[in-house]
Amino acid sequence: MSRVTVKLPTQLRDSVGGVAQVDAEGETVDQCLQSLFSEHPALRDRITDESGLRRFVNIYLGSEDIRFLEGLETPVTEGTELTILPAVAGG
Amino acid sequence: MPPKSLVCKECKEVYPLEALYACSNCFGPLEVKYESFEGRDPEELRRRIQAGPLSLWRYADFLPVAAPPSGSLPAGMSPLIKADRLAKQLGIKELWIKNEASNPTHSFKDRVVAVALARGIELGFETFACASTGNLANALAAHAAAAGVEACVFVPADLEREKIVATGINGARVIGVRGSYDQVNRLCSEIASERPWAFVNVNLRPYYAEGSKTLAYEIAEQLGWDLPEHLVVPIASGSLHTRIGRAFDEFRECGLVSGNLPSMHGAQASGCSPVANAYSEGSDQCIPVKPETIAKSLAIGDPADGPFALELARRTGGAIEAATDEEIKNGIALLAQTTGIFTETAGGVTVAVLAKLAERGAFDDGGRVVACITGEGLKTPGAVADLIDVEEVDAGFADFEALERQLVPA
Repeated sequence: MSRVTVKLPTQLRDSVGGVAQVDAEGETVDQCLQSLFSEHPALRDRITDESGLRRFVNIYLGSEDIRFLEGLETPVTEGTELTILPAVAGG
Repeated sequence: MPPKSLVCKECKEVYPLEALYACSNCFGPLEVKYESFEGRDPEELRRRIQAGPLSLWRYADFLPVAAPPSGSLPAGMSPLIKADRLAKQLGIKELWIKNEASNPTHSFKDRVVAVALARGIELGFETFACASTGNLANALAAHAAAAGVEACVFVPADLEREKIVATGINGARVIGVRGSYDQVNRLCSEIASERPWAFVNVNLRPYYAEGSKTLAYEIAEQLGWDLPEHLVVPIASGSLHTRIGRAFDEFRECGLVSGNLPSMHGAQASGCSPVANAYSEGSDQCIPVKPETIAKSLAIGDPADGPFALELARRTGGAIEAATDEEIKNGIALLAQTTGIFTETAGGVTVAVLAKLAERGAFDDGGRVVACITGEGLKTPGAVADLIDVEEVDAGFADFEALERQLVPA
């Protein structure tokens, strides 16, 4: 099991007691999310739906969007930093 | 109509009219909801618009701002030009060019910035920021200077020099991020959580997006309170495309225009075409890409409004197509040589896709086509520099005659 840091945007912080980042553990992004949900159950429905990640939720491993890696199956290592952000349209 | 609230486009959760952009429940984008248009007399609305200023503020009844700040740059009211020579060349019956290069900082971004900045000032912000592919940074820097507020813009470090200079000269802090636009955007989303700054296209995004609607209101007014049958719009994030559809819907609901929505066609560059790819594959999900195109102002690999643009195009019988770098350059030249309008690479994308759609018979119904040219060619001259030949000659008349003889063999 690797321990990772998960950074959360303001929209989600009320589900984790107001802090900007929390710890999670697992071997893949998905396992880290599951460990996050078992600690903070209110996050589950806000980040995922029956099809997986909600469509406006982006997760980054370091600086890379996990959709350019292996998605939720992307492996993580000790100390990996995951960042969850709402998709923003930009322009 | 007075704005009522912000509403999540996904789950319909309601939020107050503050600097919020993503739903706390599902991260869906928030948009401005207005009081109902019902019961309003369309003739009265029309008179109010016609009596308004020659800027986008003539449509203030449809914008989420109480009153525009004084001394603001007059964005909007760009010309709608009948392009008969281009129409003939492409085999289109009636073609109009909406030339957004005539805005104060030479792109349609003046519209979104005007509205977002006005709302941000109402909300009490003092520092305004953005993630930009260039045009937005230009617009924000200029409008912030006019309004006397601080601007800090984040752009990809490899952005065209012209756009960086045009931004910095207004006194804005320019931060070149070593990375793609999508990385710039992501950085700004993080900063927006930690600093009390108004990012016009992040935490002020619902208001920013409303500015795009004014382009559509103008088209309807300039066509004599009528809707065209086809619109061709460049797609980067998909926001402009979808807001144009929304604006036409609002005018229809008010009785200011009648008839169906135009077929809403979209144009992307082949080197960054997540929305066109999804369109051609029949998918409603845009798979993000790493952009590689000369059309840097459209180089958004992860377009958050893509799903909505797909839905709008399909619902209105529009198509979303992509153009290669070569086609983009030729599109810029074709527009310049038939209309005299020099557009940037994004406009080349629009013209190239316009030509493709015409070739394919998309306009064979004979309806009016409006193509949105969103930016100015002088901002990206390097893109077409290799198409231009300059003849050089010594300054004597005999030298000129010798040059002419070379051209016309005896």
